[in-house]
Amino acid sequence: MKQQEKPLEEIKIDPRIPEGPLAEKWTNYKAHQKLVNPSNKRRLDIIVVGTGLAGASAAASLGELGFNVLSFCIQDSPRRAHSIAAQGGINAAKNYQNDGDSVYRLFYDTIKGGDYRAREANVYRLAEVSGNIIDQCVAQGVPFAREYGGLLDNRSFGGAQVSRTFYAKGQTGQQLLLGAYSAMSRQIAKGTVKLFPRREMVDVVIIEGRARGIIVRNLVTGKIERYSAHAVVIASGGYGNAYFLSTNAMASNGSAAIQIYKKGAYFANPSFVQIHPTCIPVHGDYQSKLTLMSESLRNDGRIWVPKRKEDAEAIRAGKLKPTDLKEEDRDYYLERRYPAFGNLVPRDVASRAAKERCDAGYGVGNTGLAVYLDFSDAISRLGINVIKERYGNLFQMYEKIVDDNPYETPMMIYPAIHYTMGGIWVDYELQTSVKGLFCIGEANFSDHGANRLGASALMQGLADGYFVLPYTIQNYLSDQIQVPRFSTDLPEFEDTEKSVNDRVKRIMNIKGKRSVDSIHRELGLIMWEYVGMSRNKEGLQIALDKIKEVRKEFWTNVYVPGEEYDFNTELAKALRLADFIEIGELIARDALMREESCGGHFREEYQTPDGEAKRNDEEFSFVSCWKYNGEGEEPTLLKEPLIYEFVQRQQRNYKE
Amino acid sequence: MEKFINITLKIWRQAGPKAKGRFETYQLEKVSTDSSFLEMLDILNEKLISEHIDPIAFDHDCREGICGMCSLYINGHPHGPDTEITTCQLHMRKFKDGDTIVVEPWRSAGFPVIKDLVVDRGAFDKIIQAGGYISVNTGGVPDGNAIPIPKEHADEAMDAATCIGCGACVAACKNGSAMLFVSAKVSHLALLPQGKVEAARRVKAMVAKMDELGFGNCTNTRACEAECPKNISISNIARLNRQFLSAKFKD
Repeated sequence: MKQQEKPLEEIKIDPRIPEGPLAEKWTNYKAHQKLVNPSNKRRLDIIVVGTGLAGASAAASLGELGFNVLSFCIQDSPRRAHSIAAQGGINAAKNYQNDGDSVYRLFYDTIKGGDYRAREANVYRLAEVSGNIIDQCVAQGVPFAREYGGLLDNRSFGGAQVSRTFYAKGQTGQQLLLGAYSAMSRQIAKGTVKLFPRREMVDVVIIEGRARGIIVRNLVTGKIERYSAHAVVIASGGYGNAYFLSTNAMASNGSAAIQIYKKGAYFANPSFVQIHPTCIPVHGDYQSKLTLMSESLRNDGRIWVPKRKEDAEAIRAGKLKPTDLKEEDRDYYLERRYPAFGNLVPRDVASRAAKERCDAGYGVGNTGLAVYLDFSDAISRLGINVIKERYGNLFQMYEKIVDDNPYETPMMIYPAIHYTMGGIWVDYELQTSVKGLFCIGEANFSDHGANRLGASALMQGLADGYFVLPYTIQNYLSDQIQVPRFSTDLPEFEDTEKSVNDRVKRIMNIKGKRSVDSIHRELGLIMWEYVGMSRNKEGLQIALDKIKEVRKEFWTNVYVPGEEYDFNTELAKALRLADFIEIGELIARDALMREESCGGHFREEYQTPDGEAKRNDEEFSFVSCWKYNGEGEEPTLLKEPLIYEFVQRQQRNYKE
Repeated sequence: MEKFINITLKIWRQAGPKAKGRFETYQLEKVSTDSSFLEMLDILNEKLISEHIDPIAFDHDCREGICGMCSLYINGHPHGPDTEITTCQLHMRKFKDGDTIVVEPWRSAGFPVIKDLVVDRGAFDKIIQAGGYISVNTGGVPDGNAIPIPKEHADEAMDAATCIGCGACVAACKNGSAMLFVSAKVSHLALLPQGKVEAARRVKAMVAKMDELGFGNCTNTRACEAECPKNISISNIARLNRQFLSAKFKD
């Protein structure tokens, strides 16, 4: 059934932020929200799509409360979701280091780091619950790094002047995810959570304007399956793989986001994509993914390029080694440009500075698209063993990929697509513009504005899953207790499944000449070239034209081998690629609309004389919300104004 | 330095769980030694697709050695000939021009084949569900610094917790034993004060589930430790045995 369409001018974006002073909003909300009593909870079904930090922590917490949870993941086990690859750490305003940290300071750093494009109330809540996350993880047995006195250790991350990052070697994401996974496993044993691995959501089912189920493709049998629930939670991660090469896992995708966008959920700030400054540079055209080297390395590593162009040229030609270059012949450009934060400037700033040096001809490596990350100072200061203990697994990973020993020669790094701040629009309760449809973790747009600070993704994923959604979803479910379970035989399920089957058949029947990957790679090159680290009007228009051609190529010339109802990896990839093309177009469209530079979105036309991002708060202080209008139609731009009541906006300054 | 090599691949093909499998031979030319093993398989699959042959199914995801999704038994070794890495971190520079490379799925009663090189490792999830956790609900827990934990214990727990659940230990073991996997989780939690509370219950439940799911016994051949991409030590198995015996004595 179709929702009654409202005329556009009447659609107001309402974030539903609670009244009251910033520091009291969440407390007040919790005190007054509606709850579901224990005996009613077990009559309510909740679907959670994705088992990363957000999805697993939500499934576990909702199961513990007594809801009946259905959990879906595309991997063979929930423990393999891509949160597992997060390396550096998780932020929390514990102030264990007595260095002046507080909830307000973490809130402020996040708002400023996001270049004043995030919602104050959401970010404050995030900072507020950050401490609880650490307590929770410790209780679950997450083996965080400790000092000799037995207490928790911290390290520093970009964009902050305090040490508030908790870590477990260079495998913090792994340990936090295994914590959430084990909590979820406990609920699976108890029967409150039911697990559906190797299943990929292919559509959402809407009944009378509310999300009531999903359609999934069983990745082993290829069969299309239906599941119903009282509410649906999307925790499917980010859409960075629209760029083909990224630090995301191979199967990470934006399809769940696109499916719900097409069913009425707004897609917010799609152009806010994070490019991580420290990744292993691209090496060949057969390359399948990029590997991140944790931001934590910037605690002890110094970034530099040669001061003289002729030295850079000699290095590129293999005639000179970086270790041959004297101290005075090296340009530690971050320390030079940003004395106050030095190598620990936020990611967007560090990435652009690397690009600027390489574009100017000072890059190293055989492509000239790399800069050095050098540990020689830290090794002579602290000794090789300390560096080994802090970063051993990262150094080993680097050596295995590059075949070079980073203890002896500096690492080579270059920026790469890493994280998407943009995503599905949600209100304060993490509910999308479709009732009963929630979105958490990287998949939503909520807390990072135009740039995410390091070690804040883990914080947001777990905040949403452990401490926010389990409250806010009850406010929605409290009036659903009389609603009986839904049959999956309802016409809405029939129709949605049919449209999925039609889409699958259409792709199988194209029988063209191009492989899925070859078209995906083509899309990625366009995205990186025109919609990457720096963008301009002309380039974005070219991108929009070229993406149209890619779409046409895909729908007329893709070749998917094998059978529809089988374990068919190519078909799974093709379905995702069709959605990446839509996302790519949205990213470019949003970037073209936003005529300012902010955070990760850098428009060449809008910069300060010394090359820093120039925001335009007069005209662009809003969340761009894109509303789908049907195939081939242009989406409508709706705006949620960003009102800063508590923070004075400034131009971001990491220089002094 | 980047070089290009020609290789012969003998790869296990099996259409489904019940189908009869067989080795197929493929030739691949001019493979860059800088490419990873899985990128080499991508190139082979692209070639097969262009010839309208069903591509080889294999599991993989993060491609940076942490998700545990990739498997592959390469030339008689789980995760291939290099040490301390997963298959996705294996690079073609470890092979020589003219090499023949044999690629098989994990072979174990506990991990049935789904298709080609893909196996079902759901048994590992079931073992964790049997007790691989600390029974705390969200909220209402003490401050993270309330219980000091000696650094050595935290570090040792971390080393055990590094297990990625890939199943190489089972594939390496002539008995198809899952002891290294189970002992890593038992050790991780038993080494921490939070986990000690229910340690006896945990070890019994996890061992019972492991036996029930058809994994073999441990005969201390240490093949698991030698092949583990994350260097999980068999001292964890000794700890599991001590824990298990003391738990049983108390019964």
